[in-house]
Amino acid sequence: MGLKILTEHINVPGIETLEVYRKHGGYKSVEKALKTMTPEEVVEEVKTSGLRGRGGAGFPTGMKWSFLAKPEGVPRYLVCNADESEPGTFKDRWYMENNPHALIEGMITSSYALGANTSYIYIRGELMFVLRILEKAIAEAYAAGLLGKNILGSGYNLDLHVAPGGGAYICGEETALLESLEGKRGNPRNKPPFPAVKGLFQSPTVVNNVETICAVPWIVNNTGAEYAKIGIGRSTGTKLISASGNINKPGVYEIELGVPVEEFIYSDAYCGGIWKGRELKAVVPGGSSVPILPKNLILKTAAGEDRLMSYESLSDGGFVTGSMLGSGAFIVFDEEQCIVRNTWNYARFYHHESCGQCSPCREGTGWMEKVLHRIEYGHGHQQDIDLLVSVAKQIEGNTICPLGDAAAWPVAAAIRHFRDEFEWHIKYPKEATAPGAVYRGQLDAVTA
Amino acid sequence: MAEILNEVQFSDAAMAEMQRYISHYPEGRQKSALLPMLHIAQAELGGWVSPEAMDKIAEILNIQPIEVYEVATFYTMFNLKPVGKHVLEVCRTGPCCLRGADELIDTLKRKLNIEEGETSADGMFTLKPVECLASCGTGPMLQVRELFYENLGSEQRVDEFLEMMRHKEHETPTWAK
Repeated sequence: MGLKILTEHINVPGIETLEVYRKHGGYKSVEKALKTMTPEEVVEEVKTSGLRGRGGAGFPTGMKWSFLAKPEGVPRYLVCNADESEPGTFKDRWYMENNPHALIEGMITSSYALGANTSYIYIRGELMFVLRILEKAIAEAYAAGLLGKNILGSGYNLDLHVAPGGGAYICGEETALLESLEGKRGNPRNKPPFPAVKGLFQSPTVVNNVETICAVPWIVNNTGAEYAKIGIGRSTGTKLISASGNINKPGVYEIELGVPVEEFIYSDAYCGGIWKGRELKAVVPGGSSVPILPKNLILKTAAGEDRLMSYESLSDGGFVTGSMLGSGAFIVFDEEQCIVRNTWNYARFYHHESCGQCSPCREGTGWMEKVLHRIEYGHGHQQDIDLLVSVAKQIEGNTICPLGDAAAWPVAAAIRHFRDEFEWHIKYPKEATAPGAVYRGQLDAVTA
Repeated sequence: MAEILNEVQFSDAAMAEMQRYISHYPEGRQKSALLPMLHIAQAELGGWVSPEAMDKIAEILNIQPIEVYEVATFYTMFNLKPVGKHVLEVCRTGPCCLRGADELIDTLKRKLNIEEGETSADGMFTLKPVECLASCGTGPMLQVRELFYENLGSEQRVDEFLEMMRHKEHETPTWAK
């Protein structure tokens, strides 16, 4: 099953308590960093590790940290993005719920590296039960002298707070998150200035995903060079994958980056194959906003090589024949699923979640939802497919934040790989809207 | 003549919890506590936030009421109209649909004899489809207040769930204990 960095002790009874967590080596990195390393040395280790942002964008974490402005007399902030809302992603919720101290340890070590004395965990409001778990663990950490003034006698001070959102996908975008954390509507900010210069309360701020922060303690304990040996190429380390959809064993799996996709889907160590003895039809490998790939292109690249669970391999072929690792939300479709219906569902999601600030996104997502709805329900027009492609193109790249792209990509990809299925819905609305009807490559077999 | 609104009074426990959140932010940034305060108000006031409750929050934070309204209307978790005793927030997004979310919503509509957004005649349940709740591996699922109810893929599971909810009181929030 490969090396476990984040989940090694996740099944130990009582691991959510400070006592058991410490018994299994917890908080060692705080001790090591605060007592034997300078903040700069911690940043260097993270740079060497090659760790990349686990929230979806995959940006090198050490580099992001090194951009942080450090003007004299101005506070700096570390904000943990626990606003996990990308459809298909549930790894952070699962991890925080089961191993809350791991996040707190990562926050302390990372805050020290960045010179932050107050840090926040912004968690989606729907996860109030996880907020309670985190607050309980934070209280334990304060009582043990791991948070507050003069942590472990090192002279370093840190306050850590958890803040709930209110139900808005957009707040996973880092500048919308900061707006929300300041008690405002989650409208993304124009960049520049970037959060590293003007973030929370107009102060220099780093925003990192839960899983990213949780990887830092291992790197501090074992060195960045050791972390960089795990994984494949520029995809270093391990990744939590949220596996969902029509598989036998949905759940969260920690993998060493580089596991073949075929093994991940069919091995009993992971998804355990397609449920109900059915065939694989397609996979969305990195959360609802990344391109969907049909069976042949998810198992092999266009060049015929095995597709691997890594940043590089999943994006091999660009958006023509590839996709993205994204947040590691691996959504599997069996042969009974309708691609048009699913695409409409996601379009509705993005329309619902658009903050409304930029017209191409606010209007365009609504158009796509409406057009896809009429195709799915048997009222599509011949020119609708081209219309969808055109609307998607006009949203992409024309908005303040990436929600516009996230809405456009799945529509464009579904049409690129499953155009026949859309045409079938338009040409044969009666057949396509019959209960339980699914396209099985019969576009020309049906006589109207 | 303008209607005189009844002023809302929060309990001591709720006020203490609100002050705790306010204390997490720097001087002059007390508005940052707005979202948690709306959650606290909603939990205390029967699952929704009235204009009077929002005005009270504005007063506590020393901000304009419009600053509270614009936030409360942006975020989907805040109910701005009265709701049933249990608000069933059913995930309707893609990954749950692959495991039967559309069927779950249809079953609930049929059994409770309501449409989306409506409250059952006995005032017990409000049906509120929502977007992805980060529980895709255990779908179809729904949320009531702070808790998740998962793997509701069969009619039998739905029946058991509804029967249990009919006899269930809400958990007291940690801060009110």
